[in-house]
Amino acid sequence: MSNSTEAGQPPGRSLRERFPLLTLIFERFALSIVLLFAVSVLIFAGVEALPGDFATTYLGQSATPEAVANIRAELGLDRPVVTRYFDWLGGVVHGDFGTSWASRNSVSEQVGKRLGNSLFLAGFAAIIAVPLAVGLGMLSVHFRDRMPDKIINVISLAAISLPEFFIGYLLILYFSVNFGIATFPATVYEGMGFLERIQTIALPTATLVLVVLAHMMRMTRAAILSVMSSAYMETAELKGLSSWRAIIKHAAPNALAPIINVVALNLAYLVVGVVVVEVVFVYPGMGQYMVDAVTVRDMPVVQACGLIFAAVYILLNMIADILAIVANPRLRHPR
Amino acid sequence: MNDFTKYLAGRVTAGGMNRREFMGRAMAAGLTLTAAGELFATSAAAQTPKKGGNLKLGLEGGAATDSIDPAKATSQVMFAAVRSWGDTLVETHPQTRAPIPSLAESWAPSPDATTWTFKIRKGVKFHDGKDMTTDDVVATLKRHSDSKTESGAAGVMKSIKSIENKGGDLVVTLDTPNADLPAIFTDYHLVIQPNGGVDNPTAGVGTGPYKVKSFEPGVRMTFEKNTSDWRSDRGFVETVEIITMNDATARIAALSSGQVQFINRVDPKTVPLLTRAPTVQLLTTAGGGHYVFIMHCDKAPFDNNDLRMALKYAIDREEMVKRILGGYGKVGNDFPINDTYALFPEGIEQRKYDPDKAKFHYKKSGHSGSVLLRTSEVAFPGAVDASVLFQQSAKKAGIEIEIKREPGDGYWSNVWNVQPFCASYWGSRATQDQFYSGAYLSTADWNDTRFKNEKFDKLLISARGELDEKKRKDMYREMAMLVRDEGGTILPMFNDFVNAGSKKLQGYVSDIGNDMSNGYVASRVWLDA
Repeated sequence: MSNSTEAGQPPGRSLRERFPLLTLIFERFALSIVLLFAVSVLIFAGVEALPGDFATTYLGQSATPEAVANIRAELGLDRPVVTRYFDWLGGVVHGDFGTSWASRNSVSEQVGKRLGNSLFLAGFAAIIAVPLAVGLGMLSVHFRDRMPDKIINVISLAAISLPEFFIGYLLILYFSVNFGIATFPATVYEGMGFLERIQTIALPTATLVLVVLAHMMRMTRAAILSVMSSAYMETAELKGLSSWRAIIKHAAPNALAPIINVVALNLAYLVVGVVVVEVVFVYPGMGQYMVDAVTVRDMPVVQACGLIFAAVYILLNMIADILAIVANPRLRHPR
Repeated sequence: MNDFTKYLAGRVTAGGMNRREFMGRAMAAGLTLTAAGELFATSAAAQTPKKGGNLKLGLEGGAATDSIDPAKATSQVMFAAVRSWGDTLVETHPQTRAPIPSLAESWAPSPDATTWTFKIRKGVKFHDGKDMTTDDVVATLKRHSDSKTESGAAGVMKSIKSIENKGGDLVVTLDTPNADLPAIFTDYHLVIQPNGGVDNPTAGVGTGPYKVKSFEPGVRMTFEKNTSDWRSDRGFVETVEIITMNDATARIAALSSGQVQFINRVDPKTVPLLTRAPTVQLLTTAGGGHYVFIMHCDKAPFDNNDLRMALKYAIDREEMVKRILGGYGKVGNDFPINDTYALFPEGIEQRKYDPDKAKFHYKKSGHSGSVLLRTSEVAFPGAVDASVLFQQSAKKAGIEIEIKREPGDGYWSNVWNVQPFCASYWGSRATQDQFYSGAYLSTADWNDTRFKNEKFDKLLISARGELDEKKRKDMYREMAMLVRDEGGTILPMFNDFVNAGSKKLQGYVSDIGNDMSNGYVASRVWLDA
């Protein structure tokens, strides 16, 4: 009987068949590590290929040949690039990102602070943006092709069409310069209270929410609408379910996979893609940190930032995939 | 007193104008020398410093890579920071640039100007409570002149042979005579640190008016008042906060919304907009910094002096000052010195845009075809526009300039000092000697025009050791003429330092030494509640 074969777990069955979800997670994880190594090589090669090196760039126009030679010797820049790469990799495996060439501070410590700031801003924006986007998406499905739907669409399209620095400047102009009700610059620092911190990041958060809202909202709307056109939704409608109930109970869960994907993509953007917003609002996040480091070829910092950015992307995509599999059992078993 | 002189007096009271500027304008408005002098004195006396408050500065030019070690302070933000927590041996007079005492009380050269003795001030305490001694001074200077140093001051310290403590006095011996040694010690890298900062260069401990409280590179730096400061004529506010703001719009927004009281690097194009805000004042200072187009005198076709001359006549300086600097600057005369330097050679004829002369020299040079000019926005603000203006004015003289726009990244290592003709800038130096030694001496590290002239070198070396001012001035004049008529520098303009502040900001000193009141902005201003 089919029942007994399933319960009996014959010894010939592979791990993959016994723990499909765990194996999948493990595979994703292993792939991520390989990806990270590839990224580290790319980053190293990329910075190496940039014109100018650290010593000359750092000292700028005031570089004397002696000072340049001293710096190069001290940092071991005269060693071959492959040796330097593996030395660095050895450190990273032990969790040590080395010392910033420019400031001689521990990179791990600096990155820790900056990453904390970036995650705080991104997290705060996400807490507002994700429910808002999904809610608005459902709302616009409910009012499909009627006034609320059109208003939501026009406003979100307008927000996504404006470059983020422009939205930022507009918010600064109105809320900070003209009305004086919002804090600017949004510079957070150690020892700042939680409430004060939230107040300080109000404007960059608003900017980010406006920037990512439309993308997630429209994906939610499209995904739910595509489910709504399927036969079982027609059945639900025919058996007399209210439109809201049909959307929330029946359509939304089946539209989860694409929504999770677009949310993950936007979360990743919130962490790694907000350099412009950080610059405009003078917010001490990772993006600004990396740009500063690239400008002077501060390799240890560039590599650390690059790897962390890659890790954030890979991690969020992995989580999105896993959640999609959890939400849709059909994906668990490869055909 | 007419409206204009009233306005001028008001500017003095607000701290927006120095004596030199005031006298010039007041006399142009018809006042006599004595009347103008008296008016300046009374207006200036109206400023009584107020104590207290939190001063916030929004500054361009900081990065996550900044170091608090003064040897490595290269950014604008760290320049202003170092000046707030540390003192050098010597300072410069804000209006004349003459060396004046700071941690060194007085100094005297040997008759041949090779050995200098500095009396070090007593009773000065470091922020950590320890006494500042001559040994600390010796250790500091040694750290910056050591052959293994990475200090930004390494270049100016090169000629020093020995640094000693002789009975409590600092004695410095030089390889060659130098009448300007005190001016070298005004370099901001050379702040005196406990034991020279050898043990802990990044401690930020000095003798300045403010103690470092927190430092996040590229983000924010905070200071509190040093209550045992050895000087009472500075450090008026209670706390200082420097916020790194590299975005020009962010700086302007922060100033106009009153979140900061001072910003640097105001783009001349935005000045009319910025000054529309009633709470904002513009703080400009004439300086010795300049924008240049440099030609290598040893590479064809620029190895031909007639071609160099042709290009010098083919540039419209007035137009450049008007368009590129928005009027905040002065025309240059193809030598790197202006009247902000002591011993400036006056009365040299101003070179003007002259298509006919340019045509004449161009023909004489025998060169035909275009010349290639490399430029980039990082060379100086507006460099690309300036290059196009140059191209157009040269065209009228029949000279074709081809412009190549280079990426800003790597410009200083791949284009400047490498390619034969490019746009660049120079900041000002403490003395004419420092400038010429750094950039025009045949053997100079940054001789970016490959100007090699024996007569010039000899003049420079002998002027350096000359203690007679009159003779020295004559030598500098001759040197200026050599650079102007044979050098590879096309110098269309000297740029002003354009900063802005809230009207609450009082006592700002327009210091010709360098930008941001020579970095002393936080020490010198106070806030009117």
